Amino acid sequence: MSVQGVSKSFGPGSVVLDDIDLDIRRGEFFSLLGPSGCGKTTLLRILAGFEQPTSGQVLIGGRDMGGVPPHLRPVNTVFQSYALFPHLNVYDNVAFGLKMKGVPAAQQRERVARALETVRIQDFAKRRPDQLSGGQRQRVALARAIVLEPEVLLLDEPLSALDLKLRKELQVELSNLQETLGITFVFVTHDQEEALVMSDRIAVMNRGRVEQLGRAEELYERPRTAFVAGFLGSSNLISGTVHELTPGGAVIRTVHGPLTTRHVSGLRVGQEVVLSIRPEKLRMERDDETEGNEVRARVDDIVYTGAENQYLLQASGQSLVAFQLNADIGADEDFDYDEEVALYLPPESLVVLDG
Amino acid sequence: MLTLRRFFATLGPGTLWLLVFLVLPLLIVLGYSLLTRTDVGQVGLPVTLENWQRVFGYDALFEEFVPDNLLVLWRSVWVAGLSTLLCVALGYPLAFYIASQPQRRKNLLLLLLIIPFWTNFLIRVYAWIIILRPLGLYPSTLAVLLGMTYAYLPFFVLPVYSSVEKVDWRLVEAAEDLGATPVRAFWAAVFPQTLPGLVAGVILTFVPALGTFVVSDILGGAKTALVGNLIQNQFGQSGDWAYGSALSFLLLGVVLLGLWLYARAAGQRGLEELV
Repeated sequence: MSVQGVSKSFGPGSVVLDDIDLDIRRGEFFSLLGPSGCGKTTLLRILAGFEQPTSGQVLIGGRDMGGVPPHLRPVNTVFQSYALFPHLNVYDNVAFGLKMKGVPAAQQRERVARALETVRIQDFAKRRPDQLSGGQRQRVALARAIVLEPEVLLLDEPLSALDLKLRKELQVELSNLQETLGITFVFVTHDQEEALVMSDRIAVMNRGRVEQLGRAEELYERPRTAFVAGFLGSSNLISGTVHELTPGGAVIRTVHGPLTTRHVSGLRVGQEVVLSIRPEKLRMERDDETEGNEVRARVDDIVYTGAENQYLLQASGQSLVAFQLNADIGADEDFDYDEEVALYLPPESLVVLDG
Repeated sequence: MLTLRRFFATLGPGTLWLLVFLVLPLLIVLGYSLLTRTDVGQVGLPVTLENWQRVFGYDALFEEFVPDNLLVLWRSVWVAGLSTLLCVALGYPLAFYIASQPQRRKNLLLLLLIIPFWTNFLIRVYAWIIILRPLGLYPSTLAVLLGMTYAYLPFFVLPVYSSVEKVDWRLVEAAEDLGATPVRAFWAAVFPQTLPGLVAGVILTFVPALGTFVVSDILGGAKTALVGNLIQNQFGQSGDWAYGSALSFLLLGVVLLGLWLYARAAGQRGLEELV
């Protein structure tokens, strides 16, 4: 599936999608991740055929989808609201698409039974949607779509209406299902954790554009923009000027003094840059052994979250956040309010953002 | 006595209301139908089944059979049925049209639908004479049919409109996504959602159309009497309240039979949501 230069605007001045290019591989679990209003749902609706792009084209299996109505596309959708037919029971909901495609009755029964089993809802075949829980409805919506064996399955925030525990369960189930079926999944979500857990690749979207596309680790460890760094997890941003280019790195002059980074490409001396570092990569130390890349800071606040302590620090007028794994009560690694610490910023964890 | 008091004490206000204003009057009418006409508009003893025999076309001794009443009833059923069908054909698309308009226009269209009620019903039916006479259609059964359709159309459109307003259109996208053409998506996803309104509309149209006497009286002339005219005649000119009571039970029976058949055909669900 390929999206080429797709733009969408609803009237002048309201550009929803701005020149999107994507290549989604066969059998891939692909996520569109972004905040609400970033255009991800509109893009999904264009793939399904409910909206027409203002310009650009969509290819599925090499075939141009321009002018192909939804009912003739080799894709199926799992809707955010599930959109189950309230007057039909579970079985008939799942059989609906097969009926529309004129699949013989015997084959219908067999395929529906298989789909219901796949999502483990076979015991509820005779129930109507209003007699099911949210999680069960979700499974029916899934069965209804996969029973047609589409080339691509589109999922529009399918887990957003469920509670946390169920969501986690279904995340695992969904990615297992995708592996078993081998169908290409295009999954829309605003939940960064969901995207990281499930996807082969993620396109992070913001304001109608793809900010960055890549595997989960790439996006998390090597964000290219401040938006990606902030949207996936949290991040400390430090601005500065390129002072010196060294073999395999650069020294950036910042309010905290010179900081060395290992990640450079196309930098020139004097350029204004922004550095990003994840809170869990900062190392808090008491002693003063200067090995470079250290920042003096004072503990401002401590948030205890169980698995880790989150320290809010003040350093040269800038707030920084550091996460430290929780050792034990009164352990050496615990720091106190107002304590002066040295923050070590490993050069390999300091990422230079674009622009 | 104590148990009777307890019985009344446990009744809800709804049941009580129905008892006093529906069941009790019906029992009175039933009582009338079993009495004998004495003077004009008066009934008295003895108790008799003669009125009921007359309703079904027999005389007092079961010697003669004149099925005029049943023919009139049959005519009433199909005229009412046909006008209901016309209401469906005109009103169902109209309800969708109104629901599809922007809010301000919607209100305007609904107002236009209701405005005729500001004019007296009789005058509105008389107006049809002026329209139909030059066309040579007055008086006729067709005139009655048109008049009825005109009179009851708003009663059909309003409940259907309120159903259409509540339609979840996302189901149409779901149906199309699953391979339904737009037409099939309508029947699979939209039509079932409008069924409660359709059921209500049909009942609100068919039942009064079956019992009407005003429209047929004014537009139909003498030849096209309906069961409503027959009943009205007994309570009016003929002054035979006993016979009129028996006839009105015949009409009630037909209405109940019709509703029962309809409920079976439309499925339990439609009526459940209606009630």
